[in-house]
Amino acid sequence: MAKVTVWGSLRSQTGGQATVEIEARNVMELLARLGESYPGLQPTLKRGVSVSIDGLIYREGWLQPLQPETEVYLLPRMTGG
Amino acid sequence: MPLDNPSANTRKYKLVGTRPDRQDGFDKVTGRAKFGADAVAPGQLAGSILRSPHAHARIRSIDTSKAEKLAGVKAVVTRADFPDKTAGDSGLFDILTNIMARDKALYEGHAVAAVAAVSPAVAKQALKLIKVDYEVLPHVTDVDEAMKPTAPVLHPKLFTEGLAEKPKKPSNIARRYEFGHGDVEAGFAKADIIVERSFKTEATHQGYIEPHACLANVSPDGSGELWVCTQGHFMVRDYCARLLGLEISKLRVTASEIGGGFGGKTTVFLEPVALALSRKANRPVKLVMSRDEVFKCTGPTSSASIDVKIGVTKDGLITAADATLRYQGGAFPGSPAEFGAMSAFAQYHLDNVRTIAYDVVTNRPKQAAYRAPGAPMANFAVESMIEELAHKLGMAPIDFRIKNAAREGTRSSYGPVYGPIGLLATLEEARKHPHFKAPLGPNQGRGMAAGFWFNFGGQSCVSLNIPVDGTVTISVGSPDIGGSRASMCLMTAEELGIPYEHVRAIIADTSSLGYNDVTDGSRTTFATGMACILAARDAIKKLCQRAARMWGIPEEAVTWEKGYAKPAGANAGNFPPLSLKEIAAASGGTGGPIAGHHEYSADGAGVSFATHICDVEVDPETGATRIVRYTVLQDAGKAVHPSYVEGQFQGGAVQGIGWALNEEYVYGKDGRLQNAGFLDYRIPVCSDLPMIDTKILEIPNPGHPYGVRGVGETSIVPPLAAVANAVSNAVGVRMTELPISPPRLLKALDTVSLAKAS
Amino acid sequence: MSGIHVTTKINGDEVQFVCEADESLLDVLRNRLGLTGAKEGCGTGDCGACSVTVDGRLTCSCLVLGAEVDGHDIGTIEGMAMGDELHPLQKKFIEHAALQCGICTPGFLVAAKALLDHNPEPTETEIRFGLAGNLCRCTGYDKIVRAVQAAAEEMNSAKKIQQKVA
Ligand code: FES
Ligand code: FES
Repeated sequence: MAKVTVWGSLRSQTGGQATVEIEARNVMELLARLGESYPGLQPTLKRGVSVSIDGLIYREGWLQPLQPETEVYLLPRMTGG
Repeated sequence: MPLDNPSANTRKYKLVGTRPDRQDGFDKVTGRAKFGADAVAPGQLAGSILRSPHAHARIRSIDTSKAEKLAGVKAVVTRADFPDKTAGDSGLFDILTNIMARDKALYEGHAVAAVAAVSPAVAKQALKLIKVDYEVLPHVTDVDEAMKPTAPVLHPKLFTEGLAEKPKKPSNIARRYEFGHGDVEAGFAKADIIVERSFKTEATHQGYIEPHACLANVSPDGSGELWVCTQGHFMVRDYCARLLGLEISKLRVTASEIGGGFGGKTTVFLEPVALALSRKANRPVKLVMSRDEVFKCTGPTSSASIDVKIGVTKDGLITAADATLRYQGGAFPGSPAEFGAMSAFAQYHLDNVRTIAYDVVTNRPKQAAYRAPGAPMANFAVESMIEELAHKLGMAPIDFRIKNAAREGTRSSYGPVYGPIGLLATLEEARKHPHFKAPLGPNQGRGMAAGFWFNFGGQSCVSLNIPVDGTVTISVGSPDIGGSRASMCLMTAEELGIPYEHVRAIIADTSSLGYNDVTDGSRTTFATGMACILAARDAIKKLCQRAARMWGIPEEAVTWEKGYAKPAGANAGNFPPLSLKEIAAASGGTGGPIAGHHEYSADGAGVSFATHICDVEVDPETGATRIVRYTVLQDAGKAVHPSYVEGQFQGGAVQGIGWALNEEYVYGKDGRLQNAGFLDYRIPVCSDLPMIDTKILEIPNPGHPYGVRGVGETSIVPPLAAVANAVSNAVGVRMTELPISPPRLLKALDTVSLAKAS
Repeated sequence: MSGIHVTTKINGDEVQFVCEADESLLDVLRNRLGLTGAKEGCGTGDCGACSVTVDGRLTCSCLVLGAEVDGHDIGTIEGMAMGDELHPLQKKFIEHAALQCGICTPGFLVAAKALLDHNPEPTETEIRFGLAGNLCRCTGYDKIVRAVQAAAEEMNSAKKIQQKVA
C-alpha cells in the first residue's frame, strides 16, 4: 500500500480525500490503479504528471519501486525554460 | 538510481571546477558558427507568413488565388493544408491551431497563411494578394478582465477544470489549482500581525537575440530534413512529424547553433509551416522571423495578478500563508500558474499554507516557458510581503527570512519533504557578505529576496567514440545554449582520466542519436552531463576488456585509474599500465572500434535556491531607477565550469532586473501590441548595469555522481522582488506593480507626497 | 527591378556585387556574399548584432543600404583575426566566457574593436556606454566588460613594449 497525496484541486475527484492508499509496486502501477479507482483523475493523468517519492521529484520514473511507507505526491508535470 | 559516488562532498577533481576555454569559442568569435538563419540550400525558396491584424476575429474565408498566380510564387498554405491529425491530443491540437489559425484568429499576429517564393520580395508581395475575410470579435488581454463572466469567451468548449463541479458555462478560466497543507484559517487566528496585498506583473519576452529561423527540405517520398534553431530538435521532429503525418524516422532534424532561448524555443512555430511549404513546392524553404514577429507571435511569459496574505506572531514566526494567483497564458491553456502556486512559498517552513492558481486564456500570443516558468512573479509578490512584514516586526529582513527558512525535513509548500537543500547556506552567506554592510547614499535603497526552482532531469542519450589516436568524441542531443559542451567535455575527461583538450562534443542530429528531451528545466549539465559520465564508464569497461585481451588475462583482473588500465592486483600479473591512447591504437586488432553509450531518463535533479541582494538609486525627478550594486548567491551543487555557472547567475539576474524595471508588453485598446521592437520593449543594456557579483555555493546534490544541480533557472526568480524591495526601501512606498518604470514610480511618489500634504 | 552594381572593399579585399535598391548592407553581406558573421537581431538598428565598420566607423549594417557603400571600406567580423592569430578581443572573449549563446558576439567584437581603436584606455563606464548599442540577453554584460578591459590592457602593454623596442 503506497500513500499518495494529490494536490488540492484534485480532491474533488478523490471523494474529498487528500491522501489515498493504492496497492502498487512501482509508479507505473500506481498511476494505472489511481486512474482506475478515480476516473475523474484521468484527464490530469493523461496530460502527464510528475511524482515526488520521498521528496525526490520524478518526471518519467515509471519503474521507481514503492515501499509501503513511501510518501508519494502527485505533482503537475514539470516543465522548465 | 544507484550512484557510486557517495563522496561527492570530498572528492578531489582534476578538471571539474576548472575554467578551460570552450571549444566552440573559436567559431563563435570569428563569425563562423552557423545559427538558424545562416544556412542555405541549393534552390531554396523564401517563405513568409501572413498574420492576423486583429486580436480576435472569425476567419470567414481565405482567398489565395491571386497570390498563387503571382510569378515566382511556388506554394501557398493555409489552415486547409493542416488537417487535424492530433487524434484527440488537446495539447497538440493547440499547437496546431497556434502555428496556423483555424476558425478564428486568437491574437494579433496569429498566422493565417504562408507563402514560399523565389525571393523575400516576391513572397511579401504575394502576402498582400491574399484576401482574408475577418469578422472582428470583441477581445480581452488583461487577466482580471478575462476572468469576469462578461468577458468575451475565446474557446466555446473551454470549461474550467479543477472545480468541485464542472461549470455549466464555458469561460476563459482553463484550470484551477490548489496546493498546500495545514489549516490556514487556524494559522491566521494565531497571528499577531496579518498583512494582505495584491500585486501585478506584466508579460515579458524571453528576448533571445536570435529570431526563430529554419530551413526545411521535404522530398516527394515523404522524407525530410530540417535545420532549425531550437532548444530541442527531437521535440521539433516529433511535433512536426505528428502534425504533418510524416514518419518520425524519416524526418531528420539538425539543431543549429542557437542564439538564446530561455524557454522560448521549447515548442514549434515556423517549423511545421516551413515543412508544409517545402512539401508543396518540392523545394527547400527558409523561414526567418522578424523581431516584430518574435514579439507578436512567439511566447512571452504570463502576466499575473496575485493576492497574498501572511500572518506572523510578534516574535516573527509565520503562522499562515495564503495566495491566489491568476496567470494569463495567451490564447491557449497552459500558463505556468501551477508552478507559480507551487513555488510561491517554497522557501519557507510553513505549517499552514495554501495557494490557489488560475490558468486563464486571453487574446495574446500563446505563452512559452521562460526560465523557471511561473516562479518569478509569485516570488515577487511573496518576497515583497516578507520584506514588509519584517519592517512591521522591526526585524532585519534577512533575520526574518532565516528564522522562517525551509530546511532539510521541512514539508514544502507544494507537498513533499525536502532533503538536503541550500537555502539557509545562501541566506547565511548573504548575511556575511560585504554587500550587506556597505553604506547607502541618498535616494538609495537595498533589497533582497530568496527564491526557489524545481529543476528536472529527463531523457538523454549520449554516444562516446574513441578513435585510434585516443582522443574522444561525445555526441549529445541537447542543444548547447550557454556553453554546455564545455561542461560535457570536462565531465567526460574527468571520468576517463584524460586531458580536457582530448574530448570534443558535438550536437548530433535526430537520426544519429536516440531521443533527448529539450534543453530546459536546467537539465542539460545535470542529466546529459550525467549521461556523459555514465557513457564514459561504459567505455572504461570496454577499455579494460581490451587491455585484458592485450595482456591475455581475464577482464575482471583489470581496473581503470586516471586514464590507464592496470592489473587489478599482484595475482593478475605484472604488466605496465596501458594508456587509453595505447588501447585505442590497438583497437582494430582487439575487437574493433571502442565506444561507450548511455541512454536513460534521469531523475533526482534536486531543487535549488538562491538569495539576491540589490542596491538601487532612484531619481525622484525623473522616476528612473539605476542598479548600483547586485549580488547573487546560489547553490550549484557542484560547479562544473564555474565561469558558465556565474554566467547563468548573471544573465538570469539581469533578465529579472529588466522584468522589474523596464520590460512589459503594452497593449492598446484595439488589442494590438504597441511595443513590438527592442526600441520600445527595452531590455537592459550594458550602460544600465554594474558588475553582477556572484557567489557559488556547493551543497552536493545526492542525485548526481559529482553532486551537480541545475543552475540555469533559479537566478531569474529572486531579482523581481529584490529590485522592488530595494526601490520600495529607497522611496518609502511599497511598489506592488511591475515593471517599476519611471511613470509608475513617479505616480507612486505623487501618492505619498499627496498623502503627506493632506 | 534592375540591380545596382556596387564596388567596395570588404576586409581589405575588393568586392563587387549587384543588389536591389532597397536591400540593406546586412542582407547583401549575408545573402549575396556569404558573410553570415553579422547577424540580424532586429533589422531596425536596436540590437547591434549586425555591427560592421564603414570606413572605420561603427555602423548597423541593417540600417545602411547595400547601394550606399559603393567606394567605401567595410570591416566585418570575418576580417578581425590576422590569419590564424585571433585578435586580443577575440581571445579574451573566449577566455573570460564573455559569450554564452554567441549570437551577439560578432557585433560586440566589432563594436569593442571600434571603441578601442578610438579610445585605447577606456574606463568601465566608457566601455559600458561604448557598448550600449549592442544587446546581449545571456550574459548580463559582466563578463563582456571584463573581457574588453583585459583585451585593452593586453593591447596597451603590447604597444608599450613595441614602443620601448622602437
Ligand atoms: S539587426 Fe541591425 S541593429 Fe539589430
Ligand atoms: S551571448 Fe547570447 S545574446 Fe549575448
